Amino acid sequence: MTKDLFKVAGRSLKSRLIVGTGKYKNFSETAKSVKASGADMVTVAVRRVNILDKKKPILTDYLDPKKIIFLPNTAGCFNSNEALRTLRLAREMGGWKLVKLEVLGDKKTLYPNMLETIKSTRTLVKEGFKVMVYCTDDPLLAKKLEDNGASAIMPLASPIGSGLGIQNKVNISLIIKQSKVPVIVDAGIGTASDATVAMEMGCDGVLINSAIANAKKPILMAKAFKDAVISGRNSFLAGRMAKKLFASPSSPLKGLI
Amino acid sequence: MAKIQLNGKKIVIKSNYSILDLLKKYKLNNKKVAIELNGIIIPKIKYKKKYLKNNDKVEVVHFIGGG
Repeated sequence: MTKDLFKVAGRSLKSRLIVGTGKYKNFSETAKSVKASGADMVTVAVRRVNILDKKKPILTDYLDPKKIIFLPNTAGCFNSNEALRTLRLAREMGGWKLVKLEVLGDKKTLYPNMLETIKSTRTLVKEGFKVMVYCTDDPLLAKKLEDNGASAIMPLASPIGSGLGIQNKVNISLIIKQSKVPVIVDAGIGTASDATVAMEMGCDGVLINSAIANAKKPILMAKAFKDAVISGRNSFLAGRMAKKLFASPSSPLKGLI
Repeated sequence: MAKIQLNGKKIVIKSNYSILDLLKKYKLNNKKVAIELNGIIIPKIKYKKKYLKNNDKVEVVHFIGGG
């Protein structure tokens, strides 16, 4: 069997599960959950340093960017300028060009502003960034992102942090079919089985934060997601049986007494 | 003496104070932060020789948990 490699933006990843590092009780729980998830890529946000509280622990005390790939995001940015400013700072900080772009359009739904997202993608690609893009599940807009040089298309399953799972399987399937770059379902996954469904449909990966961090036992849920993603991927590669309307006996009828 | 704004907070610094001095004062690891001076990103190699002046606006950011 040929090895089932997951390559995104020129990087080979062992896991098809990418996890977020927000919303955890503390950094120790974040680090343990990331470990249990088996992810080799994590998303991080860029924020002001709390200059008054020097003793407060920081994320990089618990997660080492040399051991795990940091994917800086633009969470909280509502226009292209804010997003570009954030990612340019991220590049200066870590020296890497792989980023997650999300330009939000609405505070209540956190739905992406696709016009600003496409514009920002174009600029970032020109500046040499490798851009993984959070987007709506509209196939035409997803194609537009790819045409503008996105390294990965990351359609939402449902609104960020909603846990509603994949709401429009048809659209996600259309995006998978047409895309030549990896398709990673980002946002809205609620539980492990949702991730399996996404992987069975043929997604290249999933990005999970709230479903793990907001679980009653986040570390155990991280493990559940690890297994769910592997299971879904294997199921996709194995190719499911055809659906039939009527029954088909599992035991042979020949030799029946 | 110079009055500057650091992450939105007004502070007073000595004269001939560089970005590197500022980082040292607040015990910040220059490998773990990025700095914007009056809206322009300052490359790490310039921290030592970039001196701060009155009314400068400095933003120091780092990575935190996020989705």
